[in-house]
Amino acid sequence: MAANFFEKLKNSLVKTKKNFSGKIDQLINYSGVYDEEFFEELEEILILADIGYESTNKIIERTRDLISKENITEKAMVKSAIKTVIKEILEVENVENKNIDTPAVILIVGVNGVGKTTSIAKLAKMFKDEGKSVMLAAGDTFRAAAVEQLEIWAERVDVPIIKNAQGADPSSVIFDALHAARAKGVDILICDTAGRLHNKDNLMKELSKMNKIINGQSDYFNIYRYLVLDATSGTNALNQAATFNEVTNLDGIILTKLDGSAKGGIVIPIKNQYRIPVEYVGVGEGMDDLQKFSPEDFVEILFE
Amino acid sequence: MVFEGLSEKLQDTFKKLRGKGKLTEKDIKEATREIKLALLEADVNFKVVKKFVNSINERAMGSEVLKSLTPGQQVIKIVNDELTQLLGGEPFKLKYSPKGMTSIMLVGLQGAGKTTTAGKLAAYMKKDGKKVLLVACDVYRPAAIKQLQVIGKQLETHVYADESAKDPVKIAADALKYAREYLFDTVIFDTAGRLQIDEKLMDELVDIKKTVEPDHVVLNIDSMTGQEAVNVAETFNEKIDITGVILTKLDGDTRGGAALSVASVTGKPILFAGMGEKLTDLEVFYPDRMASRILGMGDVLSLIEKAQTDFDEEKAIELQEKIRKQTFTLEDFKNQLIQMKSMGSFKDILNMMPGGNKKALKGLDFDEKEFSRSEAIINSMTPEERINPGIINANRRKRIAAGSGTRVQDVNKLLKGFEQSKKMMKQFSGLNNKKHGRMKFPFM
Repeated sequence: MAANFFEKLKNSLVKTKKNFSGKIDQLINYSGVYDEEFFEELEEILILADIGYESTNKIIERTRDLISKENITEKAMVKSAIKTVIKEILEVENVENKNIDTPAVILIVGVNGVGKTTSIAKLAKMFKDEGKSVMLAAGDTFRAAAVEQLEIWAERVDVPIIKNAQGADPSSVIFDALHAARAKGVDILICDTAGRLHNKDNLMKELSKMNKIINGQSDYFNIYRYLVLDATSGTNALNQAATFNEVTNLDGIILTKLDGSAKGGIVIPIKNQYRIPVEYVGVGEGMDDLQKFSPEDFVEILFE
Repeated sequence: MVFEGLSEKLQDTFKKLRGKGKLTEKDIKEATREIKLALLEADVNFKVVKKFVNSINERAMGSEVLKSLTPGQQVIKIVNDELTQLLGGEPFKLKYSPKGMTSIMLVGLQGAGKTTTAGKLAAYMKKDGKKVLLVACDVYRPAAIKQLQVIGKQLETHVYADESAKDPVKIAADALKYAREYLFDTVIFDTAGRLQIDEKLMDELVDIKKTVEPDHVVLNIDSMTGQEAVNVAETFNEKIDITGVILTKLDGDTRGGAALSVASVTGKPILFAGMGEKLTDLEVFYPDRMASRILGMGDVLSLIEKAQTDFDEEKAIELQEKIRKQTFTLEDFKNQLIQMKSMGSFKDILNMMPGGNKKALKGLDFDEKEFSRSEAIINSMTPEERINPGIINANRRKRIAAGSGTRVQDVNKLLKGFEQSKKMMKQFSGLNNKKHGRMKFPFM
């Protein structure tokens, strides 16, 4: 299955390569000297990949230094220099791939429409395939039919779900689910939450309350909090990461919709500025289209 | 917030330009560089930015210098004009078909907010007196149909759904027949979200379009979208020739560069902006206001409009009279609070105010509940106490606190605040009396 997944990911990143790796190849092939013009075009490629201005600048400066310091002239070496710099920024060497230690509770947060509910279904399927017992908590009591959506997924994956009616206090759903999961000795409880824009104070307070309730069970559960990010999002994802991190102290990011032509380049500045790594990526609508992911993989495939 | 908004960015740029008598080529170059960076950081697509900056350069270098403006103001005006133009110029009014039935098809990526927008559009059109039919064409996402049904129920709007059908083209065709038969004059088709590179699903959209021949094909774009917005808009436009755009989730703190990108590459108008979680939170998109907002001139027009519709002018004049005569009572204070509350979130209003004070605003947390609390406290007073707060002694305070579900401290705080504002008003009205004899409320 893993091989299949990487096939899929590679296929989906073909577009990305055309846009990113391909463009970098082209740029390097056509320029003999690495002058202002070269770096200006490199800047354009990086910005078009949603890497953001600040990180783009950093990558360019470091690449420039590296090229001049090591006196690089060979075309292939220039490309690997850029790659090295991006890897440096992503600190691929220091990434400890966090495994979920059971019993665990996973809180899923994010703005509206990024794919939280679908990601939860995929996570549940993944853990279940690993032989773990999973329970879902329908914490999105706000959006119309959100509970039903998760219910349908729960049925498909065949895991129990704790729910309440639309309009109920989401914290109470989380509270009930925590107790149910504890009582039944469930390995992993995954909590859905309503999509909320990070600049809505009241909604963030509501989230903070849910987070506190989960923290109250830290004597028993290992707690993981993931932000779901849409790969098509631009620099606003930085604000999302910062604010959600403040409120819930994020452990990682689930990057969704990577099967489109968007690059999800925004994960680079997010890692760089807030040290929040990408833990999972989603590349399709199927239940198996989610996988554990490391920044190393990201850079490797980007430059393949 | 982590980042300054685009308006702050450009304001900083223009601060440098302000106070200069003459604008050199170098100044323009520096200014346009800053504009370029600001727009890029706001997620405007790189190619769009290049085009925009070039046209700014051309116009700024040109000879259109107005005598009434300083060169700095001149650049601001040019940037403002160009931005407005790029965003579509005039606000676009969605036209109802003269044939009797208007049909609208909503398309877009997954999670762009189509279903919610379908509900918001239905609410908007119902207000126009239309008989609206919502059609659930999303057969893929679990519970998408149910979501539209729940929204329909909230709006008391009919929803056409066929849960046994698997083919959205057939659903759309059947719905159209149904709409004709039952004399609906507006039909909104909610389609499934899809990636623009998914050819099979894009073909399905083409088929739906051929079948129902909608008057409007509206692309929903998440205003937080990055550079990708251009590809999405371009492909949807090529494949199904969209007629307009709705920008969703604009109530976030995104700088909304996607709006510029999409408008620029498709040349299609932005019709509405989604501004919140409620089904009434859909606003007509005003290119000039958006441009002004981007430039940090504040969304003054929206503010004035809001104030005009929500603030009762007669009451305001009455209030001014009372202050002048110094007969301002707690009852008046309460009325003022109620009016302020009806104008919407205090923060919203302050956000619309012009000036560079947005940074200062960010730290402030306006507690809307404070309004309600104050109202409750005043409601628990006797008429006599409201006119003459001097008689409110410790016992009365206890009673008022108990009656309003607050603490004595809260009552004290309110009374103190009232006295202070009374004093302040006296000073203000005194000042204004000499000059104009009038003062402005409630924006003093």
